[in-house]
Amino acid sequence: MSNSFLIILGIITPLFAALFSYVCRYNNNLRDSFGIIGGLVTFLISLKIFHGIQNNEIFQITFFTLFDGVDFTFKVTALGSIFSLVASSLWILASIYTIGYMRGAGEKNQTRFVIFYSIAIHAALAIAWSGNLLVLFIFYEILTFSTFPLVGHKQNTESQSAGRLYLSILVGTSLIFFLPAIFWIWLETGTLDFQDGGILINQFPAEYLSLLIAMLVFGIGKAAIMPIHRWLPAAMVAPTPVSALLHAVAVVKAGVFSFLVVIVYIVGPEFLLQTKSSDWLVWLACFTIMASSIIAITKDDLKARLAYSTISQLSYIILGAALASSLALKGASFHIITHALGKITLFFCAGAIYVTAHIKKVSELKGMGFKLPLIFFAYTLGALSIIGVPPFIGSWSKFYLIMGSIEREFIVVAIILGISSLLNIYYLLQPVVMGFTQTSRREVKLTKAPLTVWPPVITGLSCLIFFFYANYFLNNVSGVIVI
Amino acid sequence: MFNLFLDDAAALVVVLPLLISAIITFMPSKIWPWIISLVTLVLHLVLSLHLLKEISISGLIIYEFGNWEPPWGISFKIDGVNIGLQLLFSIFALISTFYSRKIFLSEIDSRDSGKAYSLWLLAIGSLNGIILTNDIFNLFVFLEISALASISLIALGAGQNRKALLAAFNYLIIGAIGATFYVIGVGFAYAMTGTLNMNDLVIQLAQYSDGQLAIFAGMSFMLIGLMVKAAIFPVHIWLPPAYSYAPSAVSTLLAALATKTILYFFVRLLYEVFIIYPSYLSLFLDFVLYPLSLLAIFIGTLIAIYQDDIKKLLAFSSIAQIGYITLAFSLEDHSGITSGFIHIFNHALIKGGLFMAVGYFAILQKDRVTLTSLKGFGYKYPITSFALLICGLSLIGLPLTNGFISKLYLFQALYTNQMYFSIALVAVSSALAVAYFWKIVEQMWFSEIKFKLEKEDAYIYLPIWIITVSIIVFGIYSSPIIEFSNLSADYLISGYQN
Repeated sequence: MSNSFLIILGIITPLFAALFSYVCRYNNNLRDSFGIIGGLVTFLISLKIFHGIQNNEIFQITFFTLFDGVDFTFKVTALGSIFSLVASSLWILASIYTIGYMRGAGEKNQTRFVIFYSIAIHAALAIAWSGNLLVLFIFYEILTFSTFPLVGHKQNTESQSAGRLYLSILVGTSLIFFLPAIFWIWLETGTLDFQDGGILINQFPAEYLSLLIAMLVFGIGKAAIMPIHRWLPAAMVAPTPVSALLHAVAVVKAGVFSFLVVIVYIVGPEFLLQTKSSDWLVWLACFTIMASSIIAITKDDLKARLAYSTISQLSYIILGAALASSLALKGASFHIITHALGKITLFFCAGAIYVTAHIKKVSELKGMGFKLPLIFFAYTLGALSIIGVPPFIGSWSKFYLIMGSIEREFIVVAIILGISSLLNIYYLLQPVVMGFTQTSRREVKLTKAPLTVWPPVITGLSCLIFFFYANYFLNNVSGVIVI
Repeated sequence: MFNLFLDDAAALVVVLPLLISAIITFMPSKIWPWIISLVTLVLHLVLSLHLLKEISISGLIIYEFGNWEPPWGISFKIDGVNIGLQLLFSIFALISTFYSRKIFLSEIDSRDSGKAYSLWLLAIGSLNGIILTNDIFNLFVFLEISALASISLIALGAGQNRKALLAAFNYLIIGAIGATFYVIGVGFAYAMTGTLNMNDLVIQLAQYSDGQLAIFAGMSFMLIGLMVKAAIFPVHIWLPPAYSYAPSAVSTLLAALATKTILYFFVRLLYEVFIIYPSYLSLFLDFVLYPLSLLAIFIGTLIAIYQDDIKKLLAFSSIAQIGYITLAFSLEDHSGITSGFIHIFNHALIKGGLFMAVGYFAILQKDRVTLTSLKGFGYKYPITSFALLICGLSLIGLPLTNGFISKLYLFQALYTNQMYFSIALVAVSSALAVAYFWKIVEQMWFSEIKFKLEKEDAYIYLPIWIITVSIIVFGIYSSPIIEFSNLSADYLISGYQN
């Protein structure tokens, strides 16, 4: 199978999954199975591409020219191969989980949900494999629009206003900052293609680079750096499978992925290190890490707490990109994988607790650990990984980020990362402690939903297992981020 | 015989609709006026294509009426500047005529069909005259014919809503003021130079190379008159009620073509004639047109956000979009003029498509289309709704639609002129456009009520989808529009260098 065909197949498979789900909308089991099948197919393709990238194969396909110097083209970068692997593999589990959750919680409009879910995955894969910044932008917008129906799924006043906030922040920032930044890059360099080492060096006025970086980091609203993070907690009104896959994996990761790609393949780390134009961003990222960790502590709603934790963790990646040293970039890229695995576990657990015990608040979790041991087990694994305790996969990325900040002689940043880990321990493990130490005073009626229990156990265990196979991913990460 | 017909193509594109218009006035039939109009416009398209062929060979056609040589006789001029617009005009007039039948049938008394199509062709013929004429007084005549025709067409909307009469009357008064301003300016120019022909005017004006107060006064009168007619902020107030209370087919035609043709003449006058006074021109562009364009963009968008009536919303969005066009034209260089023309083409398609879709919704529900009335239309009428969605995304300027191409070239033009403030404003207002457009989408697809699928009329959604597909095609394969616009800019720029 030729490489370019593989890309097309990978990108359209989710669309076919959406189409088939619509065709089979009257047969629930058949309809929902297409998510799993689509996940398997795209996962195999992503895996093949991932290995291909390791062997220096080229995956590229160009369709037509959009305007001077910009084609509608897909080209898989090393970073893209990582992101697509994460998104597609977790799609399989998320599809299984979705079946359990949506039926367990008795949500309406399940067909529409499944369809837009698949379209969102399609957009995420296309973002991962896009060959230039404009193609990335196109699918970035498609991802926003396709997740809008998922966020506003419940169609009540609350979810409608959340949907509006979600859309207005994401589309607004992208049109006000991101698109003009893209135009700016194009006007200065005449191209938008992703190239190793970046395209801006010697082409772009260095004194304006800080401004460009600012336009990019605020324009890519999905990266949720403060002060444009408000959409993420608001979007948590969506059903949990959406929060799990889209707001721990596809959407937010598409955001930080886009920013990372811009830094690595457009601006160029070398140019950044020369001009130090992103050093201000290091401090903003640190502020976001600390502020959102502190907000997370105050949240009693489990999903809201996880949302703020996500904001904090996303800024780790932005921090790595802003530091721009090779170790930091390695850590940032790796953090896409580790955080995705850890956070999806936590969201899966939050949803499973809601479906089985109808509990949303941390304070009501008293004694639930004894009743839902598997879920709490998985939750603990995920939490430990995000905190960065060895032997969990999350420790690797945190290690590299700390090393990276020391490499750039930002000692304060390394200390902040340490403090943030302590805060993580508090707000992520508090539910576990609540669950196991205090006895429940009231009776809770449990509903069985096994399909929501096993996916988090799998992802939680993989957090543990992949600690030992981290090199498998790191080859791709470090193979291409050459400085 | 047919060759004879083609020889006079330049005159016939204007004369043919006007002639047929007179013939079908008293036709009592319901369907024949439409068929005859359609045939007329097919012929019109053939003539326009013939003109395109001629232009690609010779580059310039001057048609002298009655063989009276300019500067004495009236002449039409077709060159690189207007051939693209002529083609767009011809194609869109045909499509909207095809679309108009079912709309007219349900919106106006069927006995008035003959009169309606008579006015329709009158408007088309006279607007086409504005594109072709090379004579400033002849322009006034066409301006008046088109105004009277469109006012009567707008008034036909009274069967639906009595406010149409008021809107038409408003347009009549304000339009007449604008036309009077223009003709006073023409009077000044004629008194000073003794000529009405545009090419001759340039030559005659050259003798007053240091400028004359009377000339400047005349020029200012002409420009202000045209600004009223082209609905440039703040003299746009006739436009929103006129567009929103007119019968839907009429709104489509006017929104897509009427202001565009006048804008075209406006820029032609600026860069072909008034360019011989560079200081006056840059004074006007920098201190009048440029700030007014920015205000139009911003205020038009803001008002559109707070509209509940969809046709009014679209009309205010038109004010903003006209602002984009005049902003580009105020840049006084090749890239600016090019991007202005690109947006004239693209916006004609986008707004035409939007008005068509909303017009269809209006006759489906037999009431004005408001935000709340659109509830569930996405499920009820998916074919038209989807077209509306694509047109709207193009209005915002997302990639893969022609609106994006407009935005790209506008940004490029602003960037080369180092107008960073305008770039920021355009970026913000395009994001604000999401706000008013998404309110519509939300009602159509994400409101709580769900409806059953209902049948849609292929006679209506076919033209809508032709426009919609062209929006996507020109978003991906944009070179035809860009080349025509480049050609227009080339001719205008080189015109004043020689």
